[in-house]
Amino acid sequence: MSNSFRTTNSTGLINKDKKINFTFNGTIYHGYEGDTLASALIANGVHLVGRSFKYHRPRGFLGVGVEEPNAMVQLHDGNKSEPNIIATEVELVEGLKAKSQNCWPSVQFDIGEINNVLNRFFPAGFYYKTFMWPKSFWMKIYEPFIRKAAGMGKAPLLPDPDRYEHNYEHCDVLVVGSGPSGLASALAAAKNGARVILAEDKPNFGGSLLTDEVTIGNMSGKEWASDTISQLKSMPNVILKKRSQVFGYYDHNMTVMIERVSDHIENPSKYTPRQRLHYIRAGEVIVSTGSIERPISFGNNDRPGIVLASAAKEYMKVYETLVGKKPIIFTNNDTAYSTALEFIKNDIEPIIVDTRDSSNGELVKEVQQKGISIKFNSGIADTKGHLKINSAIIGKLDSSKESFISEETVECDCICMSGGWTPTVHLSSQAGNKLKFNDDIDAFVPDKKRQKETAIGAANGSFTLNQSLAEGFQVGFDLSNKFTDQNNPTNSPNSNEPSYEKHEKLWCMPLPSGKKPKRFIDFQNDVAVSDVELAIREGFRSIEHVKRYTTLGMAGDQGKTSNLNGLQYVSKIEKKIVPEVGHTTFRPPYTPVTIGAIVGREVGNHYLPTRKSPIHTWHEENNAVFVAAGLWQRPRYYPRGSEDMNSAVNREAANVRKNVGICDVTTLGKIDIKGPDAPEFLNRVYTNAWLKLPVGKARYGVMLREDGMVFDDGTTSRLSENHFHMTTTTAQAANVLSHLEYYLQVVWPDLDVNVLSTTEQWSGIAVAGPKSRDLLSKLFPDVDMSNEGLPFMGLVDSSIDGIKARIYRISFSGELAYEVNVESNYGLYIWKKIMEEGQSFDIQPYGTEALSTLRIEMGHVAGAELDGRTIPFDVGLNSMVSQKKDFIGKRSLSKDAFTESDRQTIVGLVPLDKKTKIPEGSHIIEDNSAVAPIPKLGHVSSSCWSVEYNNPFSIAIIKDGKNKIGKNLYAVSPLKDISIPVEVVSSHYVDPEGTRVRS
Amino acid sequence: MLEIKCPYCGKRSQNEFSYGGDATIKRPQLGEEISTEDWDNFVYYRDNPRGKHSELWHHVSGCRQWFKVSRDTATHEIFDTCKMNEDFNV
Ligand SMILES: [Zn+2]
Repeated sequence: MSNSFRTTNSTGLINKDKKINFTFNGTIYHGYEGDTLASALIANGVHLVGRSFKYHRPRGFLGVGVEEPNAMVQLHDGNKSEPNIIATEVELVEGLKAKSQNCWPSVQFDIGEINNVLNRFFPAGFYYKTFMWPKSFWMKIYEPFIRKAAGMGKAPLLPDPDRYEHNYEHCDVLVVGSGPSGLASALAAAKNGARVILAEDKPNFGGSLLTDEVTIGNMSGKEWASDTISQLKSMPNVILKKRSQVFGYYDHNMTVMIERVSDHIENPSKYTPRQRLHYIRAGEVIVSTGSIERPISFGNNDRPGIVLASAAKEYMKVYETLVGKKPIIFTNNDTAYSTALEFIKNDIEPIIVDTRDSSNGELVKEVQQKGISIKFNSGIADTKGHLKINSAIIGKLDSSKESFISEETVECDCICMSGGWTPTVHLSSQAGNKLKFNDDIDAFVPDKKRQKETAIGAANGSFTLNQSLAEGFQVGFDLSNKFTDQNNPTNSPNSNEPSYEKHEKLWCMPLPSGKKPKRFIDFQNDVAVSDVELAIREGFRSIEHVKRYTTLGMAGDQGKTSNLNGLQYVSKIEKKIVPEVGHTTFRPPYTPVTIGAIVGREVGNHYLPTRKSPIHTWHEENNAVFVAAGLWQRPRYYPRGSEDMNSAVNREAANVRKNVGICDVTTLGKIDIKGPDAPEFLNRVYTNAWLKLPVGKARYGVMLREDGMVFDDGTTSRLSENHFHMTTTTAQAANVLSHLEYYLQVVWPDLDVNVLSTTEQWSGIAVAGPKSRDLLSKLFPDVDMSNEGLPFMGLVDSSIDGIKARIYRISFSGELAYEVNVESNYGLYIWKKIMEEGQSFDIQPYGTEALSTLRIEMGHVAGAELDGRTIPFDVGLNSMVSQKKDFIGKRSLSKDAFTESDRQTIVGLVPLDKKTKIPEGSHIIEDNSAVAPIPKLGHVSSSCWSVEYNNPFSIAIIKDGKNKIGKNLYAVSPLKDISIPVEVVSSHYVDPEGTRVRS
Repeated sequence: MLEIKCPYCGKRSQNEFSYGGDATIKRPQLGEEISTEDWDNFVYYRDNPRGKHSELWHHVSGCRQWFKVSRDTATHEIFDTCKMNEDFNV
């Protein structure tokens, strides 16, 4: 049996000297180099490959390429497993494993096939109608059932081990598709000097030239294709890409192409990507994507063994494989006769069924001359054969072609059908092209373009070879002329192909007498003629609604073989012409794309850049637990021995209050501001006054958005008359810079100021605690560290070991504190130096948790309070708001809602039991026993364990907060199901007078 | 993905830029007496035209300049771009 469906000729593109073993549903088969999984299975007589989506009907191959709606398989095992792969697109490779999907326990015997028996319960809109109520059933009963029944393949649960890459390309002309028109246009454009990319989905260039008996110049079509490819290969301005599908056409001529790099290679290097996603920004795109043959709807037209006529021909000519040995050709046009002739060449006599009354086409005559009689005016009414077709019922059509007048049963093992051809307009449509209906070919073709896109050849409805080549050479030359000045046209060679007579406008056969078999239109989504009838009967008129109700033309398939047949049928019932019915929108991707390819290399550590301070290695060596602060990695705490987080944080914070702590604050945003108008600019940006800040002094500043909400805060210092150093919060650093640039460039371009981010240039080290002055005096013996020498908010330049350092006396912890800034490269050295000298002062490093504890206890606001919903009044910063000058956002502060006396304000909360920590985000309510909805007074923004008082403490923002101090309220966290009685206190819990920072 | 011509750097892909809103909005003068209604119009209210729209973009992953773009909001066609102190040619 092995490979018993091979032809005896060897004119195709497979290499019978190289056997390739593969497994399908557990059985080992072999094929040859050049085979696809589809051609190798067919050569082994295997047609049954899967079960249909809704009815679980046995399905085989319909097509030979991307148009295949049925033959989706699950490839490989384990972490390489991949669902819903079209078998016609899989090149055979040694050891390939594939299995059928959507069937259980096996593709031969599938329990789900009961859906087919019960199909009257699965009409169009079934899910919408059946699972509407009761609502409570949805999650527990309906949804799991639908998932199980309606699944396709299974997504793997393990991480994808393969490597995917992204590539960006630019070219003058991108040609999509390498059939006759594509090759012609690529050659013309390249010879005229344009930079050309030619993309072909298949492993071989040539398109229809690989299967059609034509001549171009003095060569066969196939020879001309290979000659043209060699010419293109030799040109440095051309990139040829096979196994590459341009699947999406986006704005401004951005197309995206997926290249299958190594799936067909037996043992690719681990550094070879599996697939490569190319973003191609093309000057002009030539859409030479050809056309796809249409099926015909007739009773049980979905049995394994029923294929498109063109697919049968390609299997014979390219893959040396017979789809059957007792074929019926069923057609409404002349092109299927070339498939008949190919069978005859292989000594097989097909039965030919033609819906037309007659045809005088050259191929028809040639078939007749070989002594084959043709059943004109006939159609297929029904078929038989459970897992594979074994016979067809052929009927004689009456004059209206609406019913059969007689029927006969004929044995067969395959039916090769052709309903004519549909231009592949997906890319043009994606590009925004308004399609028009071409009555001659009964299909839509591109018309009014919105982008730089030109369809040629069959994709443009030009079905003759002469036309295709002429369009190709002309368009290739014309478009390339936009980019070069060579003006070097290439002439189109003479070509020769058989003449064709017109197709018949008939795509749906009448039902056989006394029976109502399903006549499928969309094989992938299991949509039959009766579903479309039902949708229209139920009142769906817009083609977009019919599409969604029936699922016709949806999902991965995007209606490649079904769209026009569906439209033709709707137009027939509605008695409208197709252009009035209109067409649905084609959406990217044209073919399914692996998620891995879309993600590319942005996985794991490459997902986001990681920012590390220059002191990072020290933190690692000293047992820091890190936390992500935006892209930064910051030490969260430094546990000692078996310490848990709470005890480590409490120890670190308490040590700052008692001795001295050191904290890496390199991540704070830093912006250098220079220019004669710098003081005026700061005066407009910040809410407080800046004109009179003396050189050598720092000042705390708050900036607002125009809507009055606090945007950011930080300390800015004056280094010289026109030179300032601004600091921002870690989180808002980038946004503040954009904000400053906006006002300088857009709003006040007259101000002479420059801003520049210097975050990465400085390493910042906070030294905080009562012993910090003694420690710094020891480190910087030249500097007068006394309260008079370096007062609070002062700064001084000095150096250690020849390294320049700037010392700011600023504090976030509320203790006597300094911040030492050095050039980034010296950050680690200085940090170590301070640690070393600090030993005798009991120095300890502290992380972001202790930093939070210290600022919360002091009532210093941070991101949790400055959340974009608070104005200065709300967070206790009203004293920062100048009444004398205007600044960004000031006018908003005088709006009615912002001046109400009982506005939300910041307060402190202490639990009455002094034990229970209040979860951040808790709601504050007055009456714990009230019935919902309970009025909410506000929320808890930050919580900590106060190391000063040894009990929990939180900051909250509550309505009329100042007048609530001293009252008892409740903090409720519905998520944690707790309600905590709390006392409202001042948010300045520790050292409210601020004596320590000034000590 | 759009392709935007930065007046300083040339054509770049959209992912280098960030969008900055309507370019025709003028901030009221500092210190200007202004009604709440006019202030709200400046802060909150924007037209949402279908078609030609004059807008601001910031070359945030490039030269960090703000500039003006004339774009069709329906088709994404970009008619022209220019520096802040220039006017569109088309
Ligand atoms: Zn730029």
